[in-house]
Amino acid sequence: MPDTGQDRPTLGDSLAARGISRRSLLKYAGYLAGLMALPPMASRAMAEALAGAGRQSVIWLSFQECTGCVESLTRSFSPTIEDMIFNLISLDYSETLMAASGTAAEEARLAAMEANKGKFILVVDGSVSTRDDGIYSTNAGKTNLAVLKETAAEAAAVISVGTCAAFGGIPAARPNPTGAVPVSEIVTDKPVVNISGCPPIPDAIAGTIAYFITFGKLPELDHLNRPRAFFGDSIHDRCYRRPYYDKGLFAKSFDDEGARNGWCLYEVGCKGPVTYNACATLKWNGGVSFPIQSGHGCLGCSEPGFWDQGGFYKPLSASVMGNNAVLGGAAAAGLVAGAASVAMARRRRAAAMAAASKPGETK
Amino acid sequence: MTVMGMSLLDFARGPAINTAMAVFVLGVLWRLVSLLGLPRSVDRSRPKAGVPSAPMAALAGIWRHMGTPRGFGPMSMFQVFNGWIFHVGLAVIVFGFAQHMLFLKGLFGLSWPVLPTSVITLAAYVTLASLVAALVRRMTHPVLRLLSTGNDYVSWLVTVLPVVTGLLAVSHLGARYETLLALHILSIALLLVWFPFGKLMHAFLVFITRAETGMTYARRGVKT
Repeated sequence: MPDTGQDRPTLGDSLAARGISRRSLLKYAGYLAGLMALPPMASRAMAEALAGAGRQSVIWLSFQECTGCVESLTRSFSPTIEDMIFNLISLDYSETLMAASGTAAEEARLAAMEANKGKFILVVDGSVSTRDDGIYSTNAGKTNLAVLKETAAEAAAVISVGTCAAFGGIPAARPNPTGAVPVSEIVTDKPVVNISGCPPIPDAIAGTIAYFITFGKLPELDHLNRPRAFFGDSIHDRCYRRPYYDKGLFAKSFDDEGARNGWCLYEVGCKGPVTYNACATLKWNGGVSFPIQSGHGCLGCSEPGFWDQGGFYKPLSASVMGNNAVLGGAAAAGLVAGAASVAMARRRRAAAMAAASKPGETK
Repeated sequence: MTVMGMSLLDFARGPAINTAMAVFVLGVLWRLVSLLGLPRSVDRSRPKAGVPSAPMAALAGIWRHMGTPRGFGPMSMFQVFNGWIFHVGLAVIVFGFAQHMLFLKGLFGLSWPVLPTSVITLAAYVTLASLVAALVRRMTHPVLRLLSTGNDYVSWLVTVLPVVTGLLAVSHLGARYETLLALHILSIALLLVWFPFGKLMHAFLVFITRAETGMTYARRGVKT
């Protein structure tokens, strides 16, 4: 008998059973609402909605990925409430986390789809192989492409978790042997939210799911369909090293005086100025740090094509690589054109001189 | 924003700037070779007695044109002074800004110390004001207006656009940073394409022509 969520305990009941007080839930809802820049009353609404919600059915499909996104959410610092919520949603299918395997697992997916038709959230991590009908990534004898189309057709909304699902990520990096594409290229008739990052920040995943449960719709998205609350500002604009950028104080290598003084990492390849994510504000590991704070430039992992942006350690402004063959060709063509016009001018002059030196001839 | 399936920024710093650099190299070499290779007539006149040697005369010609000859009046003074301001301003921006130095380092492998962004921003505003003043003078001066052609106005525009788009990109005004950065790079691409074929080519030719003028004048005994 598939679980439709009607007869399940509410999320509030489950949290109470685990010893999580209403006060903690309110605090957490306030935190999420604050992160997403929602009005003050929204945190109460969010807490009420979360407490009263039946467990939201979620089907989690993993395609061409590394499981880092699931790790990011499940191994977030200490058992946080996003971890709890993750446990308390009805995760009806997840190859990484479910106990069932083989035929039983596939049947669970089909049963959940049937029972929650049009209501379940489809979470995808990993890109979709499309070359040769998607045969380069299969599961239970079916291609990822076929499973995605079949499952997405019945979903309420799709959340692409991680840069691979959102933008193709590493599998889609040149030369992209499997014809990897983001989920949004396959699912075009449903809302698809992209929570990019390699991996994404757990709060962004939890916040988006909580928003959907509370308001029954998706949060405001940017032009790449990412929740604006988490992807509205660039890393650069929120970076605590920004003053050094403005002063022109840059680390030239990872072990020079500038690096030890905590100067801006722009010259050693930081992609912060063109990367939109919440790393500089929410940070990682329970707010302990983020890459730039640890002394490494931003890789730009939440942006499309981040793997093919000309090198992680090349400064952003040096990523224009003059194509030497083209420039050499242009130089040769310029020299030939110049030499040709010189030759023409000399020939004309010689002709004119010859004409002028013939006695008695005038034009 | 996307162009041909890639982001505007990728387009700007990929195909656009690379094509522009190729056009620049081709055009500059074409014009330099064809100008310097032109057949020259031998000057058969006898030089005046006691004139300086050709290299000295060339240097004197270059030096003399750096300022205004006495008696030319305050408006000429303004033109030369204003010209100095935006030329030095552009040099400060191009070579003093860390991001520009890194761009040039990526191309040529050379690096040098840079200036704080605030200094560059100030230089950019001064340069912008100076360029606007140059345009106003060109459009209002009765003689200069008649002498001006489309070439002058296009050369002015492709010079001013990188300054404006650069300032917008640094201050994140009007659009997302990537879009502004892409527009800035595209404005440079426009500058590079126009450079060899318009009056901007003076960057390569100015000292050659001044040296030539200096030598001609000296030979004829013009007192400086």
